[in-house]
Amino acid sequence: MGGAAIVKLRPSPLVCRQAVELMSDYLDGALSGRDTRRLEKHLAVCESCRTYLEQLRLTISLSGSAGPDDLEPAALAELVDVFRKFRGGPDASSENDHA
Amino acid sequence: MDDLTLVTRLLDGDEVAFRDLVTRYHRSLVRIARYYVVSESSAEDVVQETWLAVLRGLANFEHRSSFKTWLFSILVHRARSSGVRERRTVTLDFSNESTVAESRFDQRGVWCEPPVPFTDAVDSRLTNGPLAALVRECIAELPEPHQAVITLRDVEGLSTTEVASLLELSDANVRVILHRARARVRTAVEARWEVQPS
Repeated sequence: MGGAAIVKLRPSPLVCRQAVELMSDYLDGALSGRDTRRLEKHLAVCESCRTYLEQLRLTISLSGSAGPDDLEPAALAELVDVFRKFRGGPDASSENDHA
Repeated sequence: MDDLTLVTRLLDGDEVAFRDLVTRYHRSLVRIARYYVVSESSAEDVVQETWLAVLRGLANFEHRSSFKTWLFSILVHRARSSGVRERRTVTLDFSNESTVAESRFDQRGVWCEPPVPFTDAVDSRLTNGPLAALVRECIAELPEPHQAVITLRDVEGLSTTEVASLLELSDANVRVILHRARARVRTAVEARWEVQPS
């Protein structure tokens, strides 16, 4: 048991299957220094994994891009109604003076 | 227009500001509510209750967090209560399964079917418009826990710790779910993108 702990001196190089599992944390800066070095060593020599990383990076950045929302007009109208009722609540007489 | 400006206008009773905020956050709010409640219509109800709570509480909002974080915390609180009433159970899977199909690698674990770049011109707005639409479409097809985490983290830009705190998960579990969710979206985009004109 003690021997097994001592043997962990040099981390084994990554293969592609392992590298892809580290990339999300890598992009978030959440990887340990050791794993970061292992991954960067692998990326330096593996074009396919660099492509995968770039795809992941692009996917993440496009997730946050603004797009047409899927709020349907009827749903928006309902919510605006909530707003109008709320606004009308305390001082309904002044806003709807003919009612 | 930024949130702070809209919130200031909303405090003055500006309906347009309310519409803008509602439109800006609706999809994310519904997605996160769906993590807790049983149906789309329950989620819509929770979102409606959330906006009413925002209107009631806005005057006392002290800007200790961003408006966005405050909004999501109100939503999560309400959605969680509704989920409890509906006896909804959420199952989270933290198993160690691979996120890329085993068939893509050879016996040594090296790509035998490597990924092809989505586009040669990543800065091209013409290409990224449809690609962004496809990314949004693929996010909408994820299981609810994945949608909630990816929406808070990558769509809305909250930190991992903020997401963990909102959803009452550990940072490590958020990272595992996020990793899975991002990988699934990438795979789904990869599968569909090739057939589209670029």
